[in-house]
Amino acid sequence: MHTAPVLIAAGAFLACAVEMVEALTIVLGVGTVRGWRSPLIGVGAAVVVLAVLVAALGPALQQIPIDALRLVVGGLLLVFGLQWLRKAILRSSGFKALHDEDEAFRRERAEAEAAGDDRRAGLDWYAFTVAFKGVLLEGLEVVFIVIAFGSAHGHLAVAVLAAVAALVVVVIAGVLARGPLEQVPENTIKFAVGLLLTSFGCFWGAEGAGVEWPGDELSLLALVAFFGAWSWLLVRALRRRRLAYLPMGARA
Amino acid sequence: MKYIVAFGRFWWDFVVGDDWTVAAGLALTLGAVGILAHEGVNAWWLLPLTIALLTAISVWRQASSSSDDAGAGPG
Repeated sequence: MHTAPVLIAAGAFLACAVEMVEALTIVLGVGTVRGWRSPLIGVGAAVVVLAVLVAALGPALQQIPIDALRLVVGGLLLVFGLQWLRKAILRSSGFKALHDEDEAFRRERAEAEAAGDDRRAGLDWYAFTVAFKGVLLEGLEVVFIVIAFGSAHGHLAVAVLAAVAALVVVVIAGVLARGPLEQVPENTIKFAVGLLLTSFGCFWGAEGAGVEWPGDELSLLALVAFFGAWSWLLVRALRRRRLAYLPMGARA
Repeated sequence: MKYIVAFGRFWWDFVVGDDWTVAAGLALTLGAVGILAHEGVNAWWLLPLTIALLTAISVWRQASSSSDDAGAGPG
């Protein structure tokens, strides 16, 4: 089995899962307070917009010469992936707060209760727009990843299927849990996604610039291991530094 | 005009995020790798090492600012 399709599927699945957990919290927060019809129509509208983006941009990008595409897409993936990775490192070392789904759910419910009753086109406009924006903004990152993964290596179908599978899993888990998925280890997943995006971005960006990687696709595994080990070292160093700043009584 | 600025800022935050120096460093390194490849030097090691260095500098600087302000952008 080739290395790239497996890692592409893993990256798209995890990225979609973690973003959809956040979107689910927003939709649940609004839906439990203001009813389900308008938020669900908002979710449907956002999913249609995201699907149109993938359907339009994915095949269009595949018309660009592969080396130029890999240089541009690899570079963008690298910049994008390093944002995920840097934030995951800062969260793991305690310099950035972890995402709290339960707190986000409570905040979303409070805002939904406080919002006025504005009806447009037969919809609860607040519930519709909050659900639409939540799913669209969280989904935009997934679309970016899916298109970048799919187009630069010709595995768009693999990336799309993995993202759809994650969407189905998160929705089923949300329905079963009847609440926000607070048990999901979001930072660990974001760490993994950041590592994969950074590794793929490095591999494709350099390849697009004219580099020949030793071992070809096997270099991807080496890059994941290298960036993983480096991130782990950075987390340890930052944790030590943070402990050094804390007063003695707060270290326990 | 306000909407154009907001649109541009959204995409800047989305792609570049809160530390533009990382994006600039990566762009320069990719350019250097391309020039070296054109000259027949297969510098495959240069980009991973630069990424490691830029990541370390960026998170160290972010930690020094001692605030939870790494908020712009994805992830």
